[in-house]
Amino acid sequence: MILSGWGRYPRIDAKLNAPRSEEDLQALVLQGNSIARGNGRAYGDSAVSAQNTVHMRHFNRMLSFDAEQGQLVAEAGVMLADVIDAFLPRGWFSYVTPGTKFVTLGGMIAADVHGKNHHKDGSFGTYVDWIDVLISDGSVQRCSRSENTELFEWTVGGMGLTGIVLRAAIRLRHVSSAWIEQRTLVAENISHAIELFEQSHDATYSVAWIDCLQQGKSMGRSLVILGEHADAVVVPSQYRKTPLHISPKRKLSIPVEFPSWALNSLSVRAFNALYYWNGKRKRGQQLVDWDSYFYPLDAILGWNKIYGRHGFAQFQCVLPLQTADAGLRALLSAIANAGAGSFLAVLKRFGTQNSRFSFPMEGYTLALDFPVNKKTLALMERLDSITVEHGGRFYLAKDSRMSRDLFHQSEPRTKDFVSFRSDHAASGAFASAQSHRLGL
Amino acid sequence: MSKGTVLILGARSDMAMAIAHCFAKEGYDIQLAARNADGLVSDTSDIALRYQVAVTQHEFDALNTASHVAFVVHLPVLPDIAVCAVGYMGEQAENERCTQSASLVMRSNYEGPTSILAVLANLFEQRGSGTLVGISSIAGERGRATNYVYGSAKAGFTAFLSGLRNRLAKKGVHVVTVLPGFVATKMTDGMDLPAKLTAQPKQMADAILDAVLKRRNVIYVKRIWQLIMMIIRNIPEKVFKGMKI
Repeated sequence: MILSGWGRYPRIDAKLNAPRSEEDLQALVLQGNSIARGNGRAYGDSAVSAQNTVHMRHFNRMLSFDAEQGQLVAEAGVMLADVIDAFLPRGWFSYVTPGTKFVTLGGMIAADVHGKNHHKDGSFGTYVDWIDVLISDGSVQRCSRSENTELFEWTVGGMGLTGIVLRAAIRLRHVSSAWIEQRTLVAENISHAIELFEQSHDATYSVAWIDCLQQGKSMGRSLVILGEHADAVVVPSQYRKTPLHISPKRKLSIPVEFPSWALNSLSVRAFNALYYWNGKRKRGQQLVDWDSYFYPLDAILGWNKIYGRHGFAQFQCVLPLQTADAGLRALLSAIANAGAGSFLAVLKRFGTQNSRFSFPMEGYTLALDFPVNKKTLALMERLDSITVEHGGRFYLAKDSRMSRDLFHQSEPRTKDFVSFRSDHAASGAFASAQSHRLGL
Repeated sequence: MSKGTVLILGARSDMAMAIAHCFAKEGYDIQLAARNADGLVSDTSDIALRYQVAVTQHEFDALNTASHVAFVVHLPVLPDIAVCAVGYMGEQAENERCTQSASLVMRSNYEGPTSILAVLANLFEQRGSGTLVGISSIAGERGRATNYVYGSAKAGFTAFLSGLRNRLAKKGVHVVTVLPGFVATKMTDGMDLPAKLTAQPKQMADAILDAVLKRRNVIYVKRIWQLIMMIIRNIPEKVFKGMKI
């Protein structure tokens, strides 16, 4: 069947199996070239293998919860949304969440996802106590920071290329309400935005949305949004008796693909300007429920269809602190010059991170969506080069199109990753369209 | 505070699991009954953790009818609702060749399910309350060349449920007959089913919960099946016997 990631590009004719038992899963892995697929929210071809894509939807059970330590043990196919549904009413929330709750635990571990609190709390891997991994010989290995350390470290952030995560023990964060106190600051340009981030290290959550079509002295004008888990006493009065519950909201859904012309530089410019002025008008403090705060796009089911039938690609890089200001300027000016704006340009400060192959490093990460066409593909190649020139690197969970050469230039860690894979017979056993494309 | 207890018979199937999740989410305690019940331990913990209800697992063999009274007696509590999701389709061609295979299909879809529901029905009647849910099939609405062995057993089961409902109507015990069309489950994995006619297990579970709460008698999970089956039932036999459906 035809498979793709969330960006619906590229589309690959792939074999897909959904095993129901560990034995069936093992048999599939022994066939080689397998890659585990969770909920298909990686944007590109990370979870697609033409020969052997393995859907993990039947491995979706929660196994135990230790309320003393906030430790949940669950199978890899359990969705973050289900964890929140089950545990937020009891006062627990994920330590780290990406921008969608429709991801599986296995996917979050494979991509070592980050959230708006990376500068303070690190990536998802920080909160993984142990994982059970099915490796190339079909055996299942328990690994952690003290047991099978190498396998643990390469698997967290290893994009499913070291083995298939079966189960994980993760830590949840204690919260006293389902609400976030949000504060919006307005940045007149990119340097101002960086300044605001640097002044906001204490904020638990911080993220900026950038109007990426501005040039000159307004280049990089943005809304910097900070957030804190709210105490139960400050939640809106009608919710105060049940501070951990919000009422379910109506979901919009995008039923059909938008025609490609619907998204042009005019509509994007209008959207960006409106978003900015609206945010500026409402700057200051607000109380927002968790779903609207963390997952605004999840409220629009199938939003990936607004980019039309050719799909879209996301560009996400991280630049080290020293080069961030100059690098971001170069990136934004290339984007504005191309007139190829993005609905969602997101800037985020990362804190330090020491890991084998995970994406984050201390610095600034910029993410933008583009509909896929000749012009934007050329622009993204330009952005790739700017990133490499500034010592940055790329997020594999978003990538669908990078060239092998460029990727290797950006990732000196690739050599060790590839040798770990070959030393453990993982190169033939686990492979995705992305790993073939990038030579991993 | 539990809303009551739901016994799920034949708990290992996708349909049964979806039903268990659906009732647990509403706040019912769950009893999962199946062969090799020990294999259900992950599902037990999963449902208990997700919905904070009590979940127990119980060894149950639908074909061993002699054990049914003891099975019910040993349940920790007599359930308020019992859902029978036991069933086995078999292969029609095999069922035509081999009487033993045919017999297994008939026993799995008729003898076993009616036996356990009969035991429960008497206890519910004594208590004067409860709901019995039988998952039958549209295959029982009219025998077709392609699966009449399975269909005939389901036809018998549907008739049994109808009679049971009639008998218990004035005794405070309600009986729901569920007639699913295509459902996307392990049983139909790999079959090429038309999407518009195919229900997801969760849709089916929601429909069953709704039927139990509203005390409905016979439900088709996708409305369209009611129309399709009305047409199929009304084709004159003279025409029907020559048809390929």
